[in-house]
Amino acid sequence: MDNILTVVDWSRWQFAMTAIFHWLFVPLTLGLSVIVAVMESIYLRTKSEKWLTTTKFWMTLLAINFAIGVATGIILEFEFGTNWSNYSWFVGDIFGAPLAIEGILAFFLEATFGAVMFFGWGKVSPRFHLLSTWLTAIGASISALWILVANAWMQYPVGMEFDPAQMRNVMDNFWALFSGVAINKFFHAVLSGWALSGVFVIGVSCFFLWRRSNREFAIRSIKTGGWIGVAGLLLCMWTGDGSAVEVTRTQPMKLAAMEGLYYGTSGQSLTVMGIVNPDKRWDNDEDPYLLDIAMPKGLSLLARHDMDAFVPGINDIINGVDIVDGDTVNTVSYAERIERGRMAQKSLREYSLALETGDTEWMQRAASQLSVNYPYFGYGYFKSPADAIPPVALTFYSFRIMVGLGSYFLLFYVVMLFLVYRKEECLCHARWLQIVAMASVPLMWICSEAGWVVAEVGRQPWTVQDLLPTCAAISDIPASSVIVTFWIFAVIFTILLAAEMSIMINWINKSTRKDLNK
Amino acid sequence: MTLKEIRNMYVDGFRQMTIGKTLWALILLKLLVLFLVVKLFFFPDVLKRDYSTDEERAAAVRRHLSSPVAHPNDN
Repeated sequence: MDNILTVVDWSRWQFAMTAIFHWLFVPLTLGLSVIVAVMESIYLRTKSEKWLTTTKFWMTLLAINFAIGVATGIILEFEFGTNWSNYSWFVGDIFGAPLAIEGILAFFLEATFGAVMFFGWGKVSPRFHLLSTWLTAIGASISALWILVANAWMQYPVGMEFDPAQMRNVMDNFWALFSGVAINKFFHAVLSGWALSGVFVIGVSCFFLWRRSNREFAIRSIKTGGWIGVAGLLLCMWTGDGSAVEVTRTQPMKLAAMEGLYYGTSGQSLTVMGIVNPDKRWDNDEDPYLLDIAMPKGLSLLARHDMDAFVPGINDIINGVDIVDGDTVNTVSYAERIERGRMAQKSLREYSLALETGDTEWMQRAASQLSVNYPYFGYGYFKSPADAIPPVALTFYSFRIMVGLGSYFLLFYVVMLFLVYRKEECLCHARWLQIVAMASVPLMWICSEAGWVVAEVGRQPWTVQDLLPTCAAISDIPASSVIVTFWIFAVIFTILLAAEMSIMINWINKSTRKDLNK
Repeated sequence: MTLKEIRNMYVDGFRQMTIGKTLWALILLKLLVLFLVVKLFFFPDVLKRDYSTDEERAAAVRRHLSSPVAHPNDN
């Protein structure tokens, strides 16, 4: 094998690029499908042709996004088999079920009801058409559910038992997959799609106002997109709060990295803005920040819903120290985790030898020793605790970008909804406001992607928390093949993105010359 | 809906597409590139390609995951 770090790094870059690209399309499908379904519901209730025109316009944009985005996620599954074969095999039994359900559901719901939604105008009854539109929207969310359940399992592996004979984690409790981590992750991701799509609808509608075209249509769209978007954003903030509590419980190192916190205290403050010190390491005495503005007791409140609670920092976690309900409790230190991980791997080697010699008694003994230390299996790959710390700066800044932009968008929605209901003339004539709305559209995507960076970079170095680090999950393949496919994907993705933007912009441009107010 | 009506819905839907024709061309081209080029030539299932039985695949993964020399931090 080539230098393994090169293979790992290129494979990680490739996976990150693919996932980020895929997530450009997904949230818009998740949110816009709901907005379109609401618009069609209003049309069916009011029988007003203007709502039919409005529905069809946004449905076309949904179709463009759907068409370009479809199957971009399948590339991630290609990468599992080629670049991450150890991981694929190791988790196969767990991942297989959700991904298979996702594939069947996505195909069934989207191919059947999506076709009725796009092709069925005038060919099926209006009620059945509306049902199909809703089922397409619900189908997209259910598809997301299974992907997010699988992702949540990687962050919080439960409901399985490791079988050294198969070298797989075998599912022993399907329902355990729907952990608090999974449920929060699902709602947070899907609702972020609503928030994103609301901003998209407002931004595009403001383009119509800027062009002084189809004012009624634009106002109608801003109202619908605005309400669904703000509902999505508020619920997203609520589920984000739930996610913070879950992260504190299940991945405290991620929370510490999000905050750049090395030594925690009771009543821990939350850094609202800051610059992390690039020279800070877990084993030196440098200050963690070059500059920071903090909210007193904020992190304790966020992480444990208690203003005086202790929140462990990176060094506390490494040393195995936490304080719960005022009592210092000793969790397992990283030195011990590394030791026990090595013991687990030694047991696995013994199991392997016993298997080769056919000594069943030895196999049982080795398997039994392995199961005792298995919860720390992945730590055996590390030389020092430093190997188990995620990239702090990237996690820290991504979290602040997500939260900062999320707060901006709450203000954005409040202002837009106020203007559209109370100061419509101002919104229709203040061109700078329309430009701000249009410029906010790409910012919403940055906010959404930043959330994924927090979730995925913050959990490094793990592919499966505590069990399998990225360096062990990798396939025995040459780096050159990963580099080649990285660039192939970079080219394909760039073309697809350019095609989507070009087709969408053309369609919107053409539509500004049509009458959408009828 | 009868089967004929369902068929007609798809046929008419495809015929009446304007912007959709470009989209379908893109979808087909994309799927062709992804499945017939990328998947076939660049993304083999490494374990399926290199080993013929599940036992061999399990043994290979066991070897990789339990052998300290395979760990980058020991290089």
